[in-house]
Amino acid sequence: MTTPQAPAEAPALTIKTRRTEAPSVAGGLLARLAVDRLNFWYGAHQALKEITLPVYANEVTAFIGPSGCGKTTLLRTFNRMYELYRGHRAEGRVLLDGKNVLDPDVDVTALRARVGMVFQKPTPFPMSIYDNIAFGIRLYEKLPKSVMRERVEIALHRAALWDEVKDKLSHSGMSLSGGQQQRLCIARAIAVEPEVILMDEPASALDPIATAKIEELMDQLKQRYTIVIVTHNMQQAARVAGYTAFMYLGELVEFGQTEQIFTTPREVKTRDYLTGRFG
Amino acid sequence: MARDRGLYLRRRVANGAMHVLALLSALFGLVWLFWILTVLVQKGVPAINWDFFTKLPTPPGTPGGGLANAVAGSLMITLLATLIGVPAGVLAGTYLAEFGRKNALARVARFVSDVLVSAPSIVVGVFVYAVVVMPLHGFSGFAGAVALAIIMVPVVIRTTEEILNLVPDSLREAALALGAPHWKVILSVCYRRALAGMTTGILLAVARVSGETAPLLFTALNSPFWSPSLAKPVATLNVTLFNYAMSPYDDWRNLAWGAALLITLGVLFATILARVVVGRIRI
Repeated sequence: MTTPQAPAEAPALTIKTRRTEAPSVAGGLLARLAVDRLNFWYGAHQALKEITLPVYANEVTAFIGPSGCGKTTLLRTFNRMYELYRGHRAEGRVLLDGKNVLDPDVDVTALRARVGMVFQKPTPFPMSIYDNIAFGIRLYEKLPKSVMRERVEIALHRAALWDEVKDKLSHSGMSLSGGQQQRLCIARAIAVEPEVILMDEPASALDPIATAKIEELMDQLKQRYTIVIVTHNMQQAARVAGYTAFMYLGELVEFGQTEQIFTTPREVKTRDYLTGRFG
Repeated sequence: MARDRGLYLRRRVANGAMHVLALLSALFGLVWLFWILTVLVQKGVPAINWDFFTKLPTPPGTPGGGLANAVAGSLMITLLATLIGVPAGVLAGTYLAEFGRKNALARVARFVSDVLVSAPSIVVGVFVYAVVVMPLHGFSGFAGAVALAIIMVPVVIRTTEEILNLVPDSLREAALALGAPHWKVILSVCYRRALAGMTTGILLAVARVSGETAPLLFTALNSPFWSPSLAKPVATLNVTLFNYAMSPYDDWRNLAWGAALLITLGVLFATILARVVVGRIRI
């Protein structure tokens, strides 16, 4: 599998959000993902309403908003995780490098190889640290042992976990601490060389030190990958994200550069939320 | 104060009384197990010797007989029943936990297996007599294994389902999010996580059927000879125990005690193994 890493060749999409103008800096940026008038239903309940926003390549984009605002729902449409459950339905377009991933002809397996995911609770598989990483790679590639070892090592390096586990690769992944487990999951996700990594509150179950490590890691990872993070923690969004989307009751209220959202929000709702008046 | 002291005293007495009562009840339960074991060991150990495992039964009055054929027959039938019952039970349990969760078929299957778990084993024996023994015109070890497998399946189904339900959905989602197909998620993630519990369930099911006699009476019947073929009647420890214990011959009754001890030890061994497995399997 080759990872398209040449932003210059892909057509730059200019996206306008429903309520806000696209930030001017977006002119030269590539939207790796482009959400276009996305609606989502849990049965009869509409959880997302006409969401339109870009996710820029090699940036960290944060989705913030009060519980139930639809930020995780939005994240889970990007790799079609919602399909696991009956009655969950998405309409609209989520363009990954120009191709709508919601199209029925898109192979979910191939999609998930390009769009990796890290969950709220660390989810190491019940197998060795080595096999945890190799599991994903084996789904797509048949590699000789030496190459596989290399790939595992690279993934662990990139997830800043190598030094801590290099002497115990055969130990169970579940024997690691919570923060290490979460970095193991990140390593597992990047081992298959995705283009986008979705993170659903990746640090909410971790202590402050482990959280700081994950945040630091995101900063490094964005050199190679496009990262989308859902977070309840506004300081975290401010620290890690270049772009922030504020959602409320299934609608996108405001999207823009994080600094602008946090310092000069255009919408009253955004300001109220950020200053703690609701949510 | 005085009233308080009375209250405290009453509470202490009630507390002590409950404690003693609970302790006695626990001992009451244990006494029977140890009593059974003691009697079995007392009467069974003299019957167990080298001949017991190597010789065929002899006519009453002829010394030196053993139950070698019944030991072998029990092992063969239990093994075959396990080979039939475990895969069927595990797969059905997997269907309930992984695929069928809430659909109508799963609900029916769950209900039916609950009913089957508590079905009297003699009913299963009669059933297998009707659908296997009669059409094939003869008792056979195979029919016995089928009867035991039928008893095993619902037990394995329910434990498999319950253990798989303990595997958190977040783990399944994590594997699916990597692009793994569902069958692969089940095989390499769910089963692995559930290994200890599923093994325990299987061993307990084996222990359960290795003590069954009624379903074998109408199916495997019995035989005084070596029965290497499961297509013919096969001797088992349980049925032999049943026949010998009711015989008027002392040497047969002694052998019956030996068989009883051996069956109990077998069940005990499987149960203890199941406990050890839970502790040992680390993932």
